[in-house]
Amino acid sequence: MPQVNITIDGKKIKAEAFKTVYEVATANGIYIPALCHHPALPPEGACRVCLVEIERQRALQPACTFPVTEGLVIHTNSPKVREARKFALELIISDHPLDCMTCEATGDCRLQDLAYEYGVKGNEYTGGVQHTYPIDDPNPFIQVDRNKCILCRRCVRACNYINGVEAIGIVYRGFKARIAFGMDSTMQDSPCEFCGSCVEVCPTAALWPKMSLGKGRAWQLKKIETICSYCGVGCRLNLHVRDNEIVKVTGADGPANHGFTCVKGRFGYDYVNHPERLTRPLVRRYLLEGGSKAATDHRGGGDGKNGDGLLATGNAAADFVETDWDTALNLVAHKFAEIKRNYGGDAFAALCSARCTNEENFLMAKLTRQLMATHNIDHCARL
Amino acid sequence: MLDMTTNFDLAPLHAILEEYGSQKGTVIPILQRVQDAYGYLPKEILAEISKRTNIPLTQLMGVATFYTQFRLSPRGKHLIRVCDGTACHVSGAPHIVRAIEKEYDMPAGSSSPDLKYTLEVVYCVGACGLAPVVIVDDKVYGRLSPDAVLEKVRDV
Amino acid sequence: MSLLKSTDDLLSLRERAIYALGVRVPGASQPQFRNDVVVCGSTGCRSANSQQVLKALQAQIIQRELDKAVRVISTGCRGLCAVGPVMQIFPSGVFYNRVQITDVPEIVEQTLVGGKIIERLCFRDVAQNKRLAHYLDIPFYNRQLPIVLRNCGLIDPQNIEEYIATDGYLGLTKALELSPEEVIEIIKNSGLRGRGGAGFSTGIKWELCRRVAKQPKYVICNADEGDPGAFMDRSILEADPHSVIEGMVIAAYAIGAPLGYIYVRAEYPLAVIHLRRAIAQARAYGLLGENILGSGFSFDLHLKEGAGAFVCGEEMALIASVEGRRGEPRPKPPFPAVSGLWNRPTVVNNVKTYALTPRIILRGPEWFSSIGTSKSPGTAVFALTGKIRNTGLIEVPMGITLREIIYDIGGGIPKKRQFKAVQTGGPLGGCLPASALDTPVDFDSLTEAGATMGSGGMIVVDERTCMVEFAKYFLTFATAESCGKCVPCRIGGQRLLEVLTRITSGAGTPRDLDEIERISRNMREASLCALGQLTPGPVMSALRFFREEYEAHVYDKFCLAGVCKGLYELHVDADRCAGCGLCKKACSQDAISGNRKEPHVIDQLKCIQCGACVEACNLDAIVAQPRGKGVHAIAVA
Ligand SMILES: Cc1cc2nc3c(=O)[nH]c(=O)nc-3n(C[C@H](O)[C@H](O)[C@H](O)COP(=O)(O)O)c2cc1C
Ligand code: SF4
Ligand code: SF4
Ligand code: SF4
Ligand code: FES
Ligand code: FES
Repeated sequence: MPQVNITIDGKKIKAEAFKTVYEVATANGIYIPALCHHPALPPEGACRVCLVEIERQRALQPACTFPVTEGLVIHTNSPKVREARKFALELIISDHPLDCMTCEATGDCRLQDLAYEYGVKGNEYTGGVQHTYPIDDPNPFIQVDRNKCILCRRCVRACNYINGVEAIGIVYRGFKARIAFGMDSTMQDSPCEFCGSCVEVCPTAALWPKMSLGKGRAWQLKKIETICSYCGVGCRLNLHVRDNEIVKVTGADGPANHGFTCVKGRFGYDYVNHPERLTRPLVRRYLLEGGSKAATDHRGGGDGKNGDGLLATGNAAADFVETDWDTALNLVAHKFAEIKRNYGGDAFAALCSARCTNEENFLMAKLTRQLMATHNIDHCARL
Repeated sequence: MLDMTTNFDLAPLHAILEEYGSQKGTVIPILQRVQDAYGYLPKEILAEISKRTNIPLTQLMGVATFYTQFRLSPRGKHLIRVCDGTACHVSGAPHIVRAIEKEYDMPAGSSSPDLKYTLEVVYCVGACGLAPVVIVDDKVYGRLSPDAVLEKVRDV
Repeated sequence: MSLLKSTDDLLSLRERAIYALGVRVPGASQPQFRNDVVVCGSTGCRSANSQQVLKALQAQIIQRELDKAVRVISTGCRGLCAVGPVMQIFPSGVFYNRVQITDVPEIVEQTLVGGKIIERLCFRDVAQNKRLAHYLDIPFYNRQLPIVLRNCGLIDPQNIEEYIATDGYLGLTKALELSPEEVIEIIKNSGLRGRGGAGFSTGIKWELCRRVAKQPKYVICNADEGDPGAFMDRSILEADPHSVIEGMVIAAYAIGAPLGYIYVRAEYPLAVIHLRRAIAQARAYGLLGENILGSGFSFDLHLKEGAGAFVCGEEMALIASVEGRRGEPRPKPPFPAVSGLWNRPTVVNNVKTYALTPRIILRGPEWFSSIGTSKSPGTAVFALTGKIRNTGLIEVPMGITLREIIYDIGGGIPKKRQFKAVQTGGPLGGCLPASALDTPVDFDSLTEAGATMGSGGMIVVDERTCMVEFAKYFLTFATAESCGKCVPCRIGGQRLLEVLTRITSGAGTPRDLDEIERISRNMREASLCALGQLTPGPVMSALRFFREEYEAHVYDKFCLAGVCKGLYELHVDADRCAGCGLCKKACSQDAISGNRKEPHVIDQLKCIQCGACVEACNLDAIVAQPRGKGVHAIAVA
């Protein structure tokens, strides 16, 4: 693409033709507010918060969609621009429940930030009609509060362009327009996969993770970046932690996922603090205490000590007992050595997991080929 | 042939879908034809369209609720259309609308509880010279008072 | 039917077709029929029973064995819809209006056989207070300049040969002999501006599209005409569909498009029928399809029916709708000429724009630019409605004044009432007061005066129209039609409507007047598409020109026009009242009393302000007054 010369707020800038004014300004350190626009999504031009004044244009133009061409002269902060932006914000606020005190998104809300920036204190249009939608979508993951929806359509675009599912759309038109799922039913009854990309991009609390309700707000949470442990894609995640407990997971900008993730990475974190999570190794009693290997009975019942069908076998010798890591690993090593001695390396086969890191898989290959001395190794993600 | 899961005869639908095949941009004509065939757009039929054409349900719903021509519920036996285009508006169309709404307890855009009538307010049917214009089941009446309109409606 | 393989084929067909047109061609020699009677078969006259009249006429002619000498033709709109059904007899030019079935035998006997004029059926000119027998005597017609409407009411729209007889498809043959660039040059030099509202140069639009390298390209005809009170495009499609098709083929040739769409409003069933037939005929004659007239150029045309959404007249929304999506506009640029239908270069033009192009190609750019004004050449088509005597369809040269249109052509305001305002540009336009009546009608002058040209709706209102309520009506329409995509229009329109509702219900405050201005100013600047940008137009212009009326609603809680419920009382003006008692009879509440030939009085405690008496009174003696004064008046009486 050819380069063009433009002027933004008096600053002469060289830019790639047909990039948007918003992209060019942002890249050059010039701030333009945006609400419906999200860098990962195609621009929509719906909220009108990014309006700028472009000389020789009839009306104000949205920076998020307007392509730069040679000679554009742009003003991003003129009185007219500020008035129009404030006007748009006031209108949104006039149909918005002003319950920021108890709102989940407080501190992490684009609308709140912009209202602050533009001094929108409250409803300028008292007495005007406001929507009152029930908050009753029954799915287990996402709370849908249409009263807080500003119809930026980020969710619609995310579902369409990021996840490719098109479970969300807009129904009706004008002041009656609202978001809807599938055949205007519930999220569960739509093709929704609960990837949560819509939640990720929603600028308000209109879409919010149900598991995080009441668990604290942005400034009370510590953000810890990590890699998702579910599969080999390796999405980068932010764990939002409070009092050493994960209360929410959001996508972080990693090379594999660019801020998005799937249902497991986003909502499958309750195992971390689950009371039944294994934190110490378990070994069958007869392996520790000697004696013969007894037949196991998986129907459960047993001594009830562990309260779980898998652990309690109904056969005391076969029950799992907790032990320390050294004991458990030694046991495995001895058994492996014994097998190798008796039957040779090809008695082994190793299957690696996509949930392991590359390094772990590398070590597994070493272990298998060099110590176990076999090439019987494969990986679950070999499609 | 009644489809057991939907309680609708799907043959007309299949014929329509057959005709449009996989052409681009046919959502609106498909919905128009389906509405002609079934009188409205039953949700079961929309689901079937989505299943067979891979057009996402949200898109079908978005389109069906965007355009005023489409109806998601059955229409009354008789259709009363009152023109509230500019010429009719300044010639008293709002009085006519109010009179019908009151008489049959059906706000504009809805049907009477017994499904005998549906009332629609339309903008300009092109008979401005006859304003105010009321169309009852394709019969055009012009220059009538609200009472006279009620009489025509009663007598259909 | 014949497949035309070359320009020569067309020219020889044309010779035959002209003969077949018979007496409708001035000075026709040895026509087959002595008389052609054209009966308007357009929507307006149809709803006044014109089809039954036509059938009766045909039956009568056969019965009297005149069918070898007289022929009856159903045409498109003749313009004077107010007095439909209308008919005209060729070659004499005798024009009858308000024809009933019962008049038919007399028409046959007296006029077609006897050659006499039936006075009663002639158009009554109120200004001259006489009946005018000939079509060209009628001021409504003789001030017009039909170019787009030249065939309306002359030819049978369902017969392509009648179109060919009137120079149809000749423009196309000429265009095909030129290079596409030369065609574009002609259109540019003619100064043609799009007739859909914005008035953008058609030639420049085509040139822009021609220069984009992407293929395929598309041409689209915008026939969505959603303005309430406008029916220009519908009438043209019904009366002369081939003129639009021909224009589209020329445009397609100019930009290099193999395919086109006509997006026609769903509520126009007759236009759809005529278009379908016209497209089929054009295909059968080889004027659409492969290798048109042997030129090597191929083009085909499809019809898309809208589904009821005014915003789909906006070109980006229209394109979204053709693609089968919700009719939501997207920001421009990129403009459709660069990236339109399925992201391909697309030219979108209005019905009238296309209908004009064959004429311009045929008669040359100089001819066209000599009509009208220098910046707005050509003619303008209007649908004249509201409180005006001759409601109907007109075509006038640009630059004519509003006064000429309203008084000379439109015949002025009926019932001796006062002109109050004229609204142009439909729900997205503006209204102008009496002081602006001498404004020339062209794109720039109307905009400068505070209204817009729009696509051709012209609504006249008299003193009985409340300008606050009138603005609210348009606003109600526009907000109901907002697509809801952008904030300023979706919520701003709703808030503006709330302010106006407050004012018309008597709850308005002085701050509301400032609110109107603030919301309007910002909607204009901040909305995504022209619908939101222009929604405040009617309110803004009404507030500008009729501020006292707004203030009376706010400060005095008084609606002078007697429209806003609760903001007036009705009184009999004793000076005007003749004591005829018509009002008394009209009142369903027994609220009016008075002796014959004495001024009547309205009992305010009984009156429900239904307005029946206002309509009944021929002397305009019943007037609105501020509330409260009436009680006093009764006490005095
Ligand atoms: C809300 C809205 C409605 C419109 N309706 C129409 C219409 O009914 N017909 C039309 O030709 N143009 C309409 N337009 C204008 C079109 O967007 C477009 O400018 C026009 O079709 C271009 O054709 P032209 O250059 O021949 O005028 C409308 C615009 C808006 C914003
Ligand atoms: S739910 Fe959130 S992301 Fe979706 S449209 Fe509403 S505010 Fe935007
Ligand atoms: S201005 Fe109105 S019609 Fe246009 S995009 Fe915005 S909401 Fe839709
Ligand atoms: S407004 Fe109606 S009720 Fe009042 S006097 Fe007139 S006719 Fe009677
Ligand atoms: S951010 Fe550009 S319009 Fe919303
Ligand atoms: S409809 Fe007949 S004259 Fe217009």
